[in-house]
Amino acid sequence: MTITTRKRALGGIALLGASALVLAGCAAAPEETPEETAALDYTPCIVSDAGGWDDKSFNEAALDGMEEAAAELGVEYVAVESADENAYEPNVQQLVDQGCDLIVTVGFLLAEATTNAAAANPDIKFAIIDEFIDAPNVKPIQFNTVEAAFLAGYVAASYSETGVVGTFGGIPIPPVTIFMDGFVQGVEYYNSEKGTSVQALGWDLAGQTGAFTGGFAPGTEALTTAQGLIDQNADVLLPVGGPIYFSAAEAIRDSGRSIALMGVDKDIFVSDPDIADLVLTSVLKNIATAVYDVVTGAATGEFDSAPYVGTLENGGVGIAEFHDFESAVDSELAGEIEALIAGIIDGSIEVTSPASPGQ
Amino acid sequence: MSDDTKTPKSGTPKEQTAAEKVHEQVVAHETGRDATEPAVPRSNQIIKEIFGGSAAISVLAVFLALVFGGILIVLTDEAVAQASVYFFSRPGDTLVAMWDAVAGAYSALFRGSVFNYLRVDDLAVAIRPLTETLANATPLIAAGLGVALAFRVGLFNIGGRGQMLIAAAAAGYVGAYIPMPPVIHLLVALIIGLIGGALWGGLVGLLKARTGAHEVIVTIMLNYIAFYLVSFLLRTPGALQAPGQNNPKSGPILETAQFPPLLGDAYNLNLGFILVIVSTIYVWYLLNRSALGFRFRAVGENPHAARVAGIKVERVYVQVMLIAGALVGLAGVYQVLGNFTGGFASGLDASIGFDAITVALLGRSKPWGVFFAGILFGALKAGSYTMQASEGIPVDIVLVVQSFIVLFIAAPPLVRSIFRLPTPDPLFQWRTPKFARTAEVTK
Repeated sequence: MTITTRKRALGGIALLGASALVLAGCAAAPEETPEETAALDYTPCIVSDAGGWDDKSFNEAALDGMEEAAAELGVEYVAVESADENAYEPNVQQLVDQGCDLIVTVGFLLAEATTNAAAANPDIKFAIIDEFIDAPNVKPIQFNTVEAAFLAGYVAASYSETGVVGTFGGIPIPPVTIFMDGFVQGVEYYNSEKGTSVQALGWDLAGQTGAFTGGFAPGTEALTTAQGLIDQNADVLLPVGGPIYFSAAEAIRDSGRSIALMGVDKDIFVSDPDIADLVLTSVLKNIATAVYDVVTGAATGEFDSAPYVGTLENGGVGIAEFHDFESAVDSELAGEIEALIAGIIDGSIEVTSPASPGQ
Repeated sequence: MSDDTKTPKSGTPKEQTAAEKVHEQVVAHETGRDATEPAVPRSNQIIKEIFGGSAAISVLAVFLALVFGGILIVLTDEAVAQASVYFFSRPGDTLVAMWDAVAGAYSALFRGSVFNYLRVDDLAVAIRPLTETLANATPLIAAGLGVALAFRVGLFNIGGRGQMLIAAAAAGYVGAYIPMPPVIHLLVALIIGLIGGALWGGLVGLLKARTGAHEVIVTIMLNYIAFYLVSFLLRTPGALQAPGQNNPKSGPILETAQFPPLLGDAYNLNLGFILVIVSTIYVWYLLNRSALGFRFRAVGENPHAARVAGIKVERVYVQVMLIAGALVGLAGVYQVLGNFTGGFASGLDASIGFDAITVALLGRSKPWGVFFAGILFGALKAGSYTMQASEGIPVDIVLVVQSFIVLFIAAPPLVRSIFRLPTPDPLFQWRTPKFARTAEVTK
């Protein structure tokens, strides 16, 4: 009895599979085409950290930049993902063995693997994101995000009606805390300019401590942290750390109040239409552009080990448009931001963070 | 596994001859069927059932997992997907693409884990993969032994991550920040690390012995405590954080405390591998030749019976968790003193604490079984990097293969039915006395 049922079931599955094949496999075979030869003998390669390519943060952004550069150059690139910390050394070594010309490593966790591989392979070029390595064949790609986050803090303070704004991070590491440093300084600057007393929760600038979720995954921790800030009357939230903004958006929707969300890294108004109606603005950290520039530059022999530091001045960091909030913010705000940018660039407004590159 | 399943059903007792009755009594006595044993706790029984299968099941489970992995590779391969669109006008293309995908993947696995035949011109490079396999296997074997030892006492040690982290933090602190003369430095760092792991593991045994707290819950919670504690120390200047930097990362391990390489600086294989061989021999000796190991196994078979026999079960729990913690701790020490010598971050356990459970299962909790299972997993890990870099196969596929291995091992009846193997003797027990089986046959 059981055997017949099983046979029948197997027969059914086989029939399904066969019909799927018949339906799927009916297209005409393509003509044989001669092998295309790559125009350029250049293989750029990239290694992720344990966050993986779909981290909605710097791994993803770096891969985007690599994809774009490879498409532009008409070359194939090799991307390897690190499953855990043990994978960094072997992954970089594998790319060296694959004959990569340029290897981009994403994140400070890969610093040791990159340093060792760069020393052992002086002919291969390396670039590392968010970390400084002093070697003739390594280009550090760093961002002085504090400048852009300062603008976000100013905007938040200006927009807030409750007089309370909040930020929280994933893990207290420099690429995260630098956003929070800038955000709090921006709020303070607004207070001193306008004589207001907007409160910034979630980060203690002097003590360098604050609210963290303990990871870069959206979930209960991120949700409760966001809710905690909302409960303290915050009406602007800046979650720093890849996809944890999902949970912040959820907390905002649950609260039923009009609370504005700020994005980090890229303009989340554009990248995530589901929550676009909540987005006041985003702090931009143009990793993709930086990777694109380094990859395309190295292809034509333009490569040096001088650190690339993204600033407001060179467009490496910045602030996104207000989009839907254009009418909600103060009409003079856009002009004030322009003035702030000019002030930061010419040095008349000082914005620093212990996490800034070169500190 | 109940005893009456094997009682002869042919005829009523009246029809049996006196000789048959006597014979049956003897068999029952020799196989221990007539003894009135206290009921075996469920968790001990589950562990026994999982490990009751033969080594053949392990081999077949690996084989099946590789077959399923191959199917997944075919399904996810782009070339196959492209060729299958015109399957009926030129089926050869699809088949060739399928073959290319699977052969490419598994040959890359071989190249990355055993011998790089593309570089036979340079033997030093060609044999590097094998040393990588052994280097990757080192922490897996150490942690696997710790988990396996606890299994043999009937405890599920899910706390590998915590024990590794605490051991690594202790050894790392000594190794990075307390200068000492060579050799002594390495020994002190190693021993401090092992003590750290042993205490973190022993705490679990103590809580179970004193309060009856279930070790699964305790170990999982201690994992979190260890992780956040070490993360905190790593970003606290003056604790583990390297002076003069902001990243949550320790300073480099001093040269004097690093595990010396076995085959020169070109290879990652180091003293750690010798230490796990020694550990394997030690665990084998402990379990099979020592009085302590006898008590361990007795408690693992049935803690109630062990208590009746005069074994202090509570003490055994503490003892085994101390040793298991030290063994898992060795994996953590290896990670900092042998692997991340440039400084370690809080992800140093690299999920080895959990992979160790798989290794212990595949090795059927026997010391040498764990050793070879560790090497197999080390090979899968080492090969996965080559699979990804040269064939573009996602690392996830290798993780899926590993997970399939666990699945098939945890379900021996499934493997048996696929290969039409006979169901094993229901009387089968660990180390069934040979004479008892003979008595059955001669009947």
